[in-house]
Amino acid sequence: MKQTALIEAHRRAGAKLVDFAGWEMPLHYGSQLEEHHQVRRDAGMFDVSHMLAVDLTGDKATALLRYLLANDVAKLEVPGSALYSCMLNPGGGVLDDLIVYLLGAGRYRLVVNAGTAEQDLAWLSAQARPYAVDIASRRDLAIVAVQGPNARAKTWQALPQVRAPTEAMKSFSAASVEEYFIARTGYTGEDGFEIVLPAARAQALWQALAAQGVTPAGLGARDTLRLEAGMNLYGQDMDESVTPLECGLAWTVALKGEREFIGKAALLQAEPQRHRIGLVLLDKGVLRAHQCVKTPAGDGEITSGGFSPTMNRSLALARVPRAVTAGQQVEVMVRDQLLRARVVDPPFVRNGQVLIKENS
Amino acid sequence: MSLPNDLRYTKTHEWVRVETDGTIAVGITDYAQDALGDMVYVQIPEVGRSVQREQDCAVVESVKAASDIYAPVGGTVVAKNDELESAPQLLNETPYAAWMFKLKVNDPKQLDDLLTAQQYQQVIDSEKH
Repeated sequence: MKQTALIEAHRRAGAKLVDFAGWEMPLHYGSQLEEHHQVRRDAGMFDVSHMLAVDLTGDKATALLRYLLANDVAKLEVPGSALYSCMLNPGGGVLDDLIVYLLGAGRYRLVVNAGTAEQDLAWLSAQARPYAVDIASRRDLAIVAVQGPNARAKTWQALPQVRAPTEAMKSFSAASVEEYFIARTGYTGEDGFEIVLPAARAQALWQALAAQGVTPAGLGARDTLRLEAGMNLYGQDMDESVTPLECGLAWTVALKGEREFIGKAALLQAEPQRHRIGLVLLDKGVLRAHQCVKTPAGDGEITSGGFSPTMNRSLALARVPRAVTAGQQVEVMVRDQLLRARVVDPPFVRNGQVLIKENS
Repeated sequence: MSLPNDLRYTKTHEWVRVETDGTIAVGITDYAQDALGDMVYVQIPEVGRSVQREQDCAVVESVKAASDIYAPVGGTVVAKNDELESAPQLLNETPYAAWMFKLKVNDPKQLDDLLTAQQYQQVIDSEKH
């Protein structure tokens, strides 16, 4: 298994290590629930160095990315600004979801998922050839996500020199400070930073953050946090068989206008028959991926499900027929029982606040 | 990993304590709770239900997954631990105190087939490899 630069820190902290997309990663450090609450209430840190930074350089880098991504990088006007996008295949299926940062004229950084990194690189390289854009895989970098209401303040205590350049920085933008690339992004529904830095510096940053009371959180908490935040997980809520219009990501697709991009024709051609909804379980139990959702408009399927530590009940994301809308009650097959669930619009939780009202 | 010598075990990671009145208390082992992670939901059979040996009769759900709990021997449920429904984390915190249900045993001879702590340790060791 592949290991990140922080493997020793995880072992010292008593992490339960698991195989995630070929990487030996911390699932939790004792209690996943406590790690979840720590992020919602204070600040936690995640080693997400298994994700890959890919740097693109070339005069035609903008043209390449406008053709490769479903969202339009022409929206990025100022260096440091960022965009969430899907990368599609010609059929409109999602090859990966990623964040793209504008670094400067003709320079971009993509951060892609671990499980898809190799095939993304192959795809990018093949597409980049006619554009003469240089593609650099940055496995020399580590990525640490610091998330929670106090994440930014504690990061500034750990790295005082980054405070001034990042204090006024808006969500979905980034700044380079010395060897740190600091983005105000995340995967938890809380404020915070994702810090990209040389792998050799990762241990020192981890220790400096720990000294400020930022506690490590594992992939388990990362999953429950992103589920509450209504964020998709690639490979679970979407893959190549699903278009962004079917998994709640229509807002990330810049369909209007003349711009051609891979997958556009397919998206314009077929009216989606399914869409993504949120579910709140009304009965006792726990919703899980792949359970069948019974609705008056036909069956659907849970794509991510689990227990919400913040709401103290079970939640899910599901793909169901288009006619199913928020407010409806449906049933989910949980083992041998049909349990009642309410259809809602995700997100469920943002910035520590539960957004789903009882009985709404 | 704690493994009390005075309990008996199953290969499916339940522990069994024979009570003074001849009933048995059933829970999940320290190894099982550690593997499953934080518990968030428990479903326990109702008092009066009769269960067969190795029949799935309860469910524990952790942050990670749902797991069936099997009856170690055949019998009738004579008590259930209601406290676990509101505090499933007791299965993590004190696994050998957090009994899930008690059975009146149909055939006490079936108890002889349960594993000793030493035999159960071998089950764990083989799963780790």
